[in-house]
Amino acid sequence: MEKVFFIIIASLSVAAALSVVAQRNTLYSAFSLIGLFGCLAVAYITLQAHLIAAIQVIVYAGAIMVLFVFVIMLLNIREEELRVDRNRLLIFSVPLGGLLFGLIYFGLKNFKIDEIKGAPVGTSEAIGQGLFSKYLLPFEVTSILILLAIVGSVVLARREKDGDIEDIEDDEQVVKVSMAEKSKVEETKE
Amino acid sequence: MEQVQVLSLFFQLQQQSQEIAAGYSERFFEMVSQVSATNFLVLSSILFVIGVIGVLTRRNIIIIFMSIELILNAVNLNLIAFSRYWQQQGAPNPYTGQLFTIFVIVVAAAEAVVGLSILLALYRNRETLAVDEIDIMKW
Repeated sequence: MEKVFFIIIASLSVAAALSVVAQRNTLYSAFSLIGLFGCLAVAYITLQAHLIAAIQVIVYAGAIMVLFVFVIMLLNIREEELRVDRNRLLIFSVPLGGLLFGLIYFGLKNFKIDEIKGAPVGTSEAIGQGLFSKYLLPFEVTSILILLAIVGSVVLARREKDGDIEDIEDDEQVVKVSMAEKSKVEETKE
Repeated sequence: MEQVQVLSLFFQLQQQSQEIAAGYSERFFEMVSQVSATNFLVLSSILFVIGVIGVLTRRNIIIIFMSIELILNAVNLNLIAFSRYWQQQGAPNPYTGQLFTIFVIVVAAAEAVVGLSILLALYRNRETLAVDEIDIMKW
Protein backbone atom coordinates (compact mmCIF):
# COMPACT_ATOMS: atom_id res chain seq x y z
CA MET A 1 0.00 0.00 0.00
CA GLU A 2 2.77 2.41 0.96
CA LYS A 3 4.65 1.27 -2.08
CA VAL A 4 1.70 2.04 -4.36
CA PHE A 5 1.44 5.47 -2.80
CA PHE A 6 5.16 6.04 -3.29
CA ILE A 7 4.98 4.94 -6.93
CA ILE A 8 2.11 7.35 -7.61
CA ILE A 9 3.97 10.24 -5.96
CA ALA A 10 7.23 9.39 -7.70
CA SER A 11 5.71 9.10 -11.16
CA LEU A 12 3.78 12.34 -10.68
CA SER A 13 6.88 14.20 -9.59
CA VAL A 14 9.00 12.82 -12.44
CA ALA A 15 6.27 13.81 -14.92
CA ALA A 16 6.11 17.29 -13.40
CA ALA A 17 9.92 17.61 -13.59
CA LEU A 18 9.92 16.56 -17.26
CA SER A 19 7.17 19.09 -17.89
CA VAL A 20 9.26 21.82 -16.23
CA VAL A 21 12.16 21.11 -18.57
CA ALA A 22 10.23 20.39 -21.77
CA GLN A 23 7.44 22.95 -21.64
CA ARG A 24 7.71 25.73 -24.21
CA ASN A 25 5.71 28.32 -22.35
CA THR A 26 7.58 29.55 -19.28
CA LEU A 27 4.43 30.04 -17.26
CA TYR A 28 3.32 26.43 -17.78
CA SER A 29 6.67 25.15 -16.61
CA ALA A 30 6.42 27.36 -13.52
CA PHE A 31 3.04 25.81 -12.73
CA SER A 32 4.37 22.29 -13.19
CA LEU A 33 7.22 23.21 -10.83
CA ILE A 34 4.56 24.14 -8.25
CA GLY A 35 3.00 20.70 -8.79
CA LEU A 36 6.40 19.10 -8.30
CA PHE A 37 6.84 20.96 -5.01
CA GLY A 38 3.45 19.68 -3.87
CA CYS A 39 4.42 16.09 -4.72
CA LEU A 40 7.72 16.49 -2.86
CA ALA A 41 5.87 17.86 0.17
CA VAL A 42 3.78 14.67 0.21
CA ALA A 43 6.98 12.63 -0.06
CA TYR A 44 8.40 14.52 2.93
CA ILE A 45 5.27 13.68 4.92
CA THR A 46 5.77 9.99 4.14
CA LEU A 47 9.34 10.43 5.40
CA GLN A 48 7.92 11.88 8.66
CA ALA A 49 9.39 15.33 8.06
CA HIS A 50 6.22 17.29 8.78
CA LEU A 51 7.75 20.70 9.41
CA ILE A 52 9.81 20.52 6.23
CA ALA A 53 6.69 19.59 4.24
CA ALA A 54 4.89 22.66 5.60
CA ILE A 55 7.90 24.86 4.84
CA GLN A 56 8.07 23.37 1.35
CA VAL A 57 4.48 24.36 0.64
CA ILE A 58 4.63 27.77 2.31
CA VAL A 59 8.07 28.99 1.27
CA TYR A 60 8.73 27.19 -2.00
CA ALA A 61 5.29 26.83 -3.58
CA GLY A 62 3.98 29.93 -1.86
CA ALA A 63 6.75 32.52 -1.89
CA ILE A 64 9.50 31.58 -4.33
CA MET A 65 7.16 30.43 -7.09
CA VAL A 66 5.01 33.54 -6.68
CA LEU A 67 8.20 35.51 -7.27
CA PHE A 68 8.93 33.46 -10.40
CA VAL A 69 5.41 33.85 -11.78
CA PHE A 70 5.48 37.55 -10.95
CA VAL A 71 8.72 38.04 -12.88
CA ILE A 72 7.45 35.99 -15.85
CA MET A 73 4.29 38.07 -16.04
CA LEU A 74 6.23 41.31 -15.53
CA LEU A 75 8.57 40.60 -18.43
CA ASN A 76 5.61 39.72 -20.67
CA ILE A 77 7.68 37.64 -23.09
CA ARG A 78 6.52 37.72 -26.69
CA GLU A 79 5.41 34.64 -28.56
CA GLU A 80 8.21 34.84 -31.13
CA GLU A 81 10.83 34.75 -28.45
CA LEU A 82 9.30 31.61 -27.00
CA ARG A 83 9.24 29.94 -30.39
CA VAL A 84 12.94 30.57 -30.97
CA ASP A 85 13.82 28.22 -28.10
CA ARG A 86 15.12 25.22 -30.07
CA ASN A 87 16.94 22.41 -28.33
CA ARG A 88 20.02 21.88 -30.43
CA LEU A 89 21.97 20.39 -27.55
CA LEU A 90 19.33 17.75 -26.78
CA ILE A 91 21.27 15.08 -28.70
CA PHE A 92 24.27 15.48 -26.42
CA SER A 93 22.71 16.33 -23.11
CA VAL A 94 20.16 13.51 -22.84
CA PRO A 95 22.76 10.70 -23.23
CA LEU A 96 25.07 12.59 -20.87
CA GLY A 97 22.23 12.88 -18.38
CA GLY A 98 21.53 9.18 -18.76
CA LEU A 99 25.20 8.51 -18.11
CA LEU A 100 25.07 10.66 -14.98
CA PHE A 101 22.02 8.79 -13.75
CA GLY A 102 23.79 5.51 -14.50
CA LEU A 103 26.77 6.60 -12.43
CA ILE A 104 24.59 7.64 -9.49
CA TYR A 105 22.54 4.47 -9.75
CA PHE A 106 25.71 2.37 -9.87
CA GLY A 107 26.63 3.90 -6.53
CA LEU A 108 23.14 3.38 -5.12
CA LYS A 109 22.68 -0.17 -6.34
CA ASN A 110 24.62 -1.91 -3.60
CA PHE A 111 23.42 0.52 -0.97
CA LYS A 112 20.60 -1.27 0.79
CA ILE A 113 18.61 0.56 3.41
CA ASP A 114 15.98 -1.20 5.46
CA GLU A 115 12.29 -0.51 5.44
CA ILE A 116 11.27 2.77 6.98
CA LYS A 117 8.92 2.56 9.91
CA GLY A 118 8.57 3.29 13.58
CA ALA A 119 10.97 6.17 14.15
CA PRO A 120 10.66 9.66 15.70
CA VAL A 121 8.91 12.39 13.78
CA GLY A 122 10.43 15.66 12.58
CA THR A 123 8.04 18.00 14.35
CA SER A 124 8.65 21.71 14.81
CA GLU A 125 9.68 21.07 18.40
CA ALA A 126 12.44 18.63 17.43
CA ILE A 127 13.68 20.83 14.59
CA GLY A 128 13.51 23.99 16.70
CA GLN A 129 15.57 22.49 19.49
CA GLY A 130 18.33 21.69 17.04
CA LEU A 131 18.01 25.03 15.29
CA PHE A 132 18.24 27.15 18.44
CA SER A 133 20.91 25.23 20.30
CA LYS A 134 23.54 23.50 18.20
CA TYR A 135 22.98 25.33 14.93
CA LEU A 136 22.27 28.79 16.35
CA LEU A 137 25.20 30.51 14.63
CA PRO A 138 24.37 29.26 11.10
CA PHE A 139 20.74 30.24 11.75
CA GLU A 140 21.76 33.81 12.59
CA VAL A 141 24.17 33.99 9.65
CA THR A 142 21.24 32.93 7.46
CA SER A 143 19.33 36.05 8.52
CA ILE A 144 22.29 38.18 7.42
CA LEU A 145 22.25 36.32 4.08
CA ILE A 146 18.57 37.13 3.60
CA LEU A 147 19.20 40.79 4.45
CA LEU A 148 21.99 40.89 1.88
CA ALA A 149 19.70 39.28 -0.71
CA ILE A 150 16.99 41.89 -0.07
CA VAL A 151 19.43 44.81 -0.39
CA GLY A 152 21.09 43.27 -3.44
CA SER A 153 17.81 42.66 -5.25
CA VAL A 154 16.62 46.21 -4.56
CA VAL A 155 19.89 47.64 -5.88
CA LEU A 156 19.90 45.40 -8.96
CA ALA A 157 16.26 45.76 -9.96
CA ARG A 158 16.09 49.51 -9.39
CA ARG A 159 15.69 51.57 -12.53
CA GLU A 160 18.67 53.91 -12.89
CA LYS A 161 17.10 57.32 -12.64
CA ASP A 162 19.93 59.63 -13.77
CA GLY A 163 20.73 58.11 -17.14
CA ASP A 164 17.23 57.43 -18.43
CA ILE A 165 15.63 60.71 -17.42
CA GLU A 166 18.55 62.84 -18.63
CA ASP A 167 18.44 61.09 -21.98
CA ILE A 168 14.72 61.74 -22.30
CA GLU A 169 15.14 65.37 -21.29
CA ASP A 170 17.97 65.81 -23.77
CA ASP A 171 15.80 64.39 -26.53
CA GLU A 172 12.96 66.72 -25.62
CA GLN A 173 15.29 69.71 -25.62
CA VAL A 174 16.66 68.73 -29.02
CA VAL A 175 13.14 68.44 -30.37
CA LYS A 176 12.20 71.83 -28.92
CA VAL A 177 15.33 73.44 -30.35
CA SER A 178 14.71 71.94 -33.76
CA MET A 179 11.08 73.08 -33.68
CA ALA A 180 12.20 76.60 -32.77
CA GLU A 181 14.70 76.62 -35.58
CA LYS A 182 12.10 75.43 -38.04
CA SER A 183 9.68 78.13 -36.99
CA LYS A 184 12.49 80.73 -37.29
CA VAL A 185 13.33 79.49 -40.78
CA GLU A 186 9.69 79.67 -41.78
CA GLU A 187 9.43 83.20 -40.37
CA THR A 188 12.45 84.35 -42.36
CA LYS A 189 11.01 82.79 -45.51
CA GLU A 190 7.81 84.67 -45.06
CA MET B 1 24.45 -41.28 -26.15
CA GLU B 2 24.74 -37.78 -27.51
CA GLN B 3 21.01 -37.36 -27.35
CA VAL B 4 21.03 -38.22 -23.65
CA GLN B 5 23.76 -35.69 -23.03
CA VAL B 6 21.86 -32.99 -24.88
CA LEU B 7 18.70 -33.80 -22.97
CA SER B 8 20.46 -33.69 -19.60
CA LEU B 9 22.05 -30.38 -20.55
CA PHE B 10 18.65 -29.07 -21.56
CA PHE B 11 17.08 -30.08 -18.25
CA GLN B 12 19.99 -28.55 -16.36
CA LEU B 13 19.56 -25.26 -18.21
CA GLN B 14 15.82 -25.28 -17.58
CA GLN B 15 16.35 -25.86 -13.87
CA GLN B 16 18.89 -23.06 -13.67
CA SER B 17 16.65 -20.64 -15.50
CA GLN B 18 13.76 -21.52 -13.20
CA GLU B 19 15.98 -20.87 -10.19
CA ILE B 20 17.07 -17.54 -11.62
CA ALA B 21 13.45 -16.61 -12.36
CA ALA B 22 12.46 -17.55 -8.81
CA GLY B 23 15.22 -15.35 -7.45
CA TYR B 24 14.15 -12.46 -9.64
CA SER B 25 10.51 -12.80 -8.65
CA GLU B 26 11.51 -12.87 -5.00
CA ARG B 27 13.55 -9.72 -5.45
CA PHE B 28 10.73 -8.16 -7.45
CA PHE B 29 8.25 -8.95 -4.69
CA GLU B 30 10.63 -7.46 -2.16
CA MET B 31 10.95 -4.36 -4.32
CA VAL B 32 7.21 -3.97 -4.77
CA SER B 33 6.09 -4.69 -1.23
CA GLN B 34 8.02 -2.14 0.84
CA VAL B 35 9.26 1.41 0.58
CA SER B 36 12.89 1.83 1.52
CA ALA B 37 15.00 4.95 1.67
CA THR B 38 16.79 3.70 -1.43
CA ASN B 39 13.61 4.34 -3.45
CA PHE B 40 13.69 7.96 -2.38
CA LEU B 41 17.37 8.18 -3.29
CA VAL B 42 16.63 6.83 -6.78
CA LEU B 43 13.75 9.30 -7.18
CA SER B 44 15.98 12.17 -6.10
CA SER B 45 18.72 11.11 -8.54
CA ILE B 46 16.16 11.03 -11.38
CA LEU B 47 14.98 14.55 -10.48
CA PHE B 48 18.60 15.73 -10.25
CA VAL B 49 19.41 14.38 -13.71
CA ILE B 50 16.29 15.97 -15.21
CA GLY B 51 17.37 19.28 -13.68
CA VAL B 52 20.88 18.95 -15.11
CA ILE B 53 19.44 18.19 -18.55
CA GLY B 54 17.23 21.26 -18.24
CA VAL B 55 20.21 23.46 -17.39
CA LEU B 56 22.18 22.06 -20.33
CA THR B 57 19.51 22.17 -23.03
CA ARG B 58 17.27 25.14 -22.47
CA ARG B 59 18.12 28.65 -23.63
CA ASN B 60 15.42 30.46 -21.66
CA ILE B 61 17.11 31.76 -18.53
CA ILE B 62 13.97 31.55 -16.38
CA ILE B 63 13.65 27.83 -17.14
CA ILE B 64 17.33 27.40 -16.27
CA PHE B 65 16.59 29.02 -12.90
CA MET B 66 13.68 26.67 -12.37
CA SER B 67 15.88 23.68 -13.24
CA ILE B 68 18.32 24.84 -10.56
CA GLU B 69 15.44 24.91 -8.09
CA LEU B 70 14.61 21.37 -9.20
CA ILE B 71 18.19 20.25 -8.51
CA LEU B 72 18.08 21.82 -5.06
CA ASN B 73 14.82 19.99 -4.34
CA ALA B 74 16.38 16.69 -5.38
CA VAL B 75 19.17 17.35 -2.88
CA ASN B 76 16.59 18.17 -0.20
CA LEU B 77 14.82 14.88 -0.81
CA ASN B 78 18.14 13.08 -0.48
CA LEU B 79 18.91 14.84 2.80
CA ILE B 80 15.51 14.00 4.26
CA ALA B 81 15.72 10.36 3.21
CA PHE B 82 19.09 10.05 4.95
CA SER B 83 17.72 11.89 7.98
CA ARG B 84 14.96 9.27 8.14
CA TYR B 85 17.58 6.55 7.90
CA TRP B 86 19.54 7.99 10.81
CA GLN B 87 16.35 8.42 12.84
CA GLN B 88 15.72 4.75 12.39
CA GLN B 89 19.29 3.83 13.30
CA GLY B 90 18.99 5.81 16.54
CA ALA B 91 21.70 8.35 15.83
CA PRO B 92 22.37 11.05 18.47
CA ASN B 93 21.36 13.93 16.15
CA PRO B 94 18.63 12.47 13.90
CA TYR B 95 17.31 15.82 12.67
CA THR B 96 20.52 17.18 11.17
CA GLY B 97 19.40 16.42 7.62
CA GLN B 98 16.13 18.26 8.09
CA LEU B 99 17.91 21.24 9.64
CA PHE B 100 20.23 21.34 6.68
CA THR B 101 17.20 21.24 4.39
CA ILE B 102 15.93 24.43 6.03
CA PHE B 103 19.25 26.11 5.28
CA VAL B 104 19.10 24.87 1.68
CA ILE B 105 15.61 26.35 1.29
CA VAL B 106 16.79 29.70 2.68
CA VAL B 107 19.78 29.82 0.35
CA ALA B 108 17.54 28.84 -2.59
CA ALA B 109 15.19 31.70 -1.75
CA ALA B 110 18.08 34.18 -1.61
CA GLU B 111 19.47 32.83 -4.88
CA ALA B 112 16.07 33.11 -6.61
CA VAL B 113 15.62 36.70 -5.42
CA VAL B 114 19.05 37.89 -6.54
CA GLY B 115 18.93 35.91 -9.79
CA LEU B 116 15.51 37.21 -10.77
CA SER B 117 16.51 40.80 -10.05
CA ILE B 118 19.62 40.36 -12.21
CA LEU B 119 17.30 38.94 -14.87
CA LEU B 120 15.03 42.01 -14.65
CA ALA B 121 18.00 44.37 -15.07
CA LEU B 122 19.28 42.25 -17.95
CA TYR B 123 15.95 42.17 -19.75
CA ARG B 124 15.66 45.93 -19.36
CA ASN B 125 19.02 46.44 -21.05
CA ARG B 126 19.20 43.64 -23.61
CA GLU B 127 15.55 42.76 -24.35
CA THR B 128 16.32 39.03 -24.46
CA LEU B 129 16.10 35.96 -22.24
CA ALA B 130 18.21 33.58 -24.36
CA VAL B 131 21.44 32.72 -22.60
CA ASP B 132 23.49 32.45 -25.80
CA GLU B 133 22.64 36.02 -26.75
CA ILE B 134 23.80 37.31 -23.37
CA ASP B 135 27.53 37.53 -23.99
CA ILE B 136 28.57 40.76 -22.31
CA MET B 137 31.24 39.03 -20.24
CA LYS B 138 32.46 36.83 -23.08
CA TRP B 139 36.14 37.27 -23.76
